[in-house]
Amino acid sequence: MKNVLKAHDLSVYYGENKILENLNLQIPEGKITVLVGANGCGKSTLLRTFARLIKPKAGQIFLEDDVIQKIPTKDIAKRLAILPQGPVAPEGLTVLQLIKQGRYPHQSWLKQWSNEDEKIVNKALEVTQMTDFVDRSVDALSGGQRQRAWIAMTLAQKTDLILLDEPTTYLDMAHQIEILDLLYDLNVEENRTVVMVLHDLNLACRYAHHIVAVRDKQIYAQGKPEEVVTMEMVQNVFRMNCTIIKDPIFGTPLCVPHGKGRKVGR
Amino acid sequence: MTIRTKSDRISFQIALKTCLITLILSLLLALLMILGLSAGSDFIHPWIVIQELFGYGSGDYNFVLHTLRLPRVLMALLVGAALGVAGLILQGIIRNPLAAPDIIGVTSGASVGAIVFIVYFMGAVSIQFLPLAAIIGATIVSFIIYLLSWKKGVTPIRMVLIGIGISALAKAMVTMLLVISNVAATTKAYLWLTGSLYGANMQDVYLLLPWVLVLLPLTFVMARIVNVKELGDDIAIGLGVKVQIYRLFFLLISVMLAGSAVAFAGGIAFVGLVAPHMSRMLVGRSFAALIPVTAIIGGIIVIAADIVARIAFLPKDLPTGVFTAAIGAPFFIYLLFKTRNQ
Repeated sequence: MKNVLKAHDLSVYYGENKILENLNLQIPEGKITVLVGANGCGKSTLLRTFARLIKPKAGQIFLEDDVIQKIPTKDIAKRLAILPQGPVAPEGLTVLQLIKQGRYPHQSWLKQWSNEDEKIVNKALEVTQMTDFVDRSVDALSGGQRQRAWIAMTLAQKTDLILLDEPTTYLDMAHQIEILDLLYDLNVEENRTVVMVLHDLNLACRYAHHIVAVRDKQIYAQGKPEEVVTMEMVQNVFRMNCTIIKDPIFGTPLCVPHGKGRKVGR
Repeated sequence: MTIRTKSDRISFQIALKTCLITLILSLLLALLMILGLSAGSDFIHPWIVIQELFGYGSGDYNFVLHTLRLPRVLMALLVGAALGVAGLILQGIIRNPLAAPDIIGVTSGASVGAIVFIVYFMGAVSIQFLPLAAIIGATIVSFIIYLLSWKKGVTPIRMVLIGIGISALAKAMVTMLLVISNVAATTKAYLWLTGSLYGANMQDVYLLLPWVLVLLPLTFVMARIVNVKELGDDIAIGLGVKVQIYRLFFLLISVMLAGSAVAFAGGIAFVGLVAPHMSRMLVGRSFAALIPVTAIIGGIIVIAADIVARIAFLPKDLPTGVFTAAIGAPFFIYLLFKTRNQ
C-alpha cells in the first residue's frame, strides 16, 4: 500500500508551547483516515501542518515522494485540498461564486473559465446536491447546506487527497451522517483519499478505514478501528471509562461511556 | 457570458449585467461632470459647456472652464476613484466591511505630514511640496502599523486594532500641532484636514493621473487573487495563494492610491468606505467587476459633493470633505447598525 502523505520526525510549536514532538505518521492512499483524540491534543494542528497551514519547527511532511516545503504552493493546491474548521464566506457571496474559487490553482490570467472548469464545478455541484442553490448567498444557507457548499469548493480543486478539519461540527446528527456519507461515497466511487479530524469516536469507527489516536504530542495508536479502539485506548486517550460493544448494524466498535445518568428498567 | 478559444487555452467570463451597470454609471458620471463644469458662481449653460469642450465655443468662458473648473472636476474624479478603490482593496484583504484607508493609517499619516508641513515649513518651502509631505506621512504611518502588526505574519484583526490605536495617536499629534500653531496656519490646516478641491490646477491633475492610470489596471489584473483572499487566510493558502506577500502587495497599492489622493485633496472622508459598499449592492462580490464600478461611484460621490460644496452656500466655497462626510457618516452608522443585527 502506497502512502500519499507522510510526517517524518515532526515537531510543531505554538509560540513556546510544544504541540507535537518527533511525530511520525503515514496516510494510506485511497482510504479514509480519521484523527481522533482529546480536546487540545494536537490532532487539528497535525492536519493543518499536513496541509502547510502551519510550518513545523522540525521534521518534514512528504506529499508522495516530495518534501512539501519544497513544492510551489500552487502545485500543492492541485494535489491536496484542505477544508479548515468553520470557514466564513464574505457576505453576499453566492454558492456558485464560492465553488468556482476551487478552480483557482488550475487557472491563470488568460485561462479564467475553461470548459474543464465548468465541467468540474458542475460535477461538484451535482455530487454535493447543491445544483438548486447556485444563486443563493452562502451566508443565507443552513448549516448543513453551507458545509456542503464548502466541500463542493474543495472538490472543485479536483485533488486526489482531501483534508477536512471537523467537517461535522455544529451540525445535527442527520446532517453529520449526510456529510460523512458524502465523503464515504467520494472515497468509494472516485477513490479519493480522505483525511479528517472527527470528534465523535463512534462515527469515526464507522467511517474510518484507518483510525489514528493522538495523545501527548505523539501518535498513541493507529490501525483498523476494530483493532485499535478498546477500553484501554479510550481510557488512555480520552481519560474516560467506557464499555466497547459491537454496533448492531455495522459491526464496528461502539463506545458507551461510563459516568452518571438515569438507568431504566432495573 | 463566457468567451473561449477553440483550444480552451484562453477563456474569460463576463457578466453582461456588470457591463450594463458600468455603462449606465459612466453616462451618469459624464452628465455630472458637465454639470460640474456648468455650476458655480457663474452658471454656464451645459450645452455651451459641451460646445466649448469640443472646441466649437466662442472662447468666452475659456478661463472659467479650462483653468478653474475643468481641473477641479477632473481632480474630483481621480480622487474619488483612487479613494474608492483603495477602500475596496482594504475591505477585501482585511475582510472587514468597516475597513477604510483611515484604518491603515493613510489618512491620519497624511494629516500629520501635511500639518507638520503647514505649521513648520510653509513660507520657507513652496506650498507645492505639501502633497509630498502628506505622502511621506502616509507611508511612514502605514509602515509603522504594518511593522507593529507583524508577528510571524500579519493578521487582519491585529492590523485593524493597531491601526485604530496609531490613528488615534496621529490625530492627537495633529490636534497638538494645531493648538501650538498660529491662527493663519490653523485655518489653512483645518481647510486641508476637511478636504478641499479649491484651487486645483492642471498640474495637480497630471501629477495624480499616473498613479490612478497604473494602479487601477494593475489591481484589475490581480483581481482573482483578492477573490480568493476574501475567503480567509486558511482557504487562500489551501488554494495556493502566497498570503503574506500578496497582503503586503495589496496594502502597498492601497496606500499609494489613497496616499496620492489624500495628498492633493486633503482628508476627504468616507469615500473609501462608502463607494465599495454601493458597488457591491449593484454588482455583487466579483472583485474584477467591483473595481471599475467602485472607481466610477467614488468619482460620482466626490464630484457631486464638490458641486454642492461650491453652490449651496454661494458665494462661500466650502470644503468638499464636508459633504462627502455628510453622505458618508449616516451610511457608516447604517453599516454598524446592520452588522450589529447579524
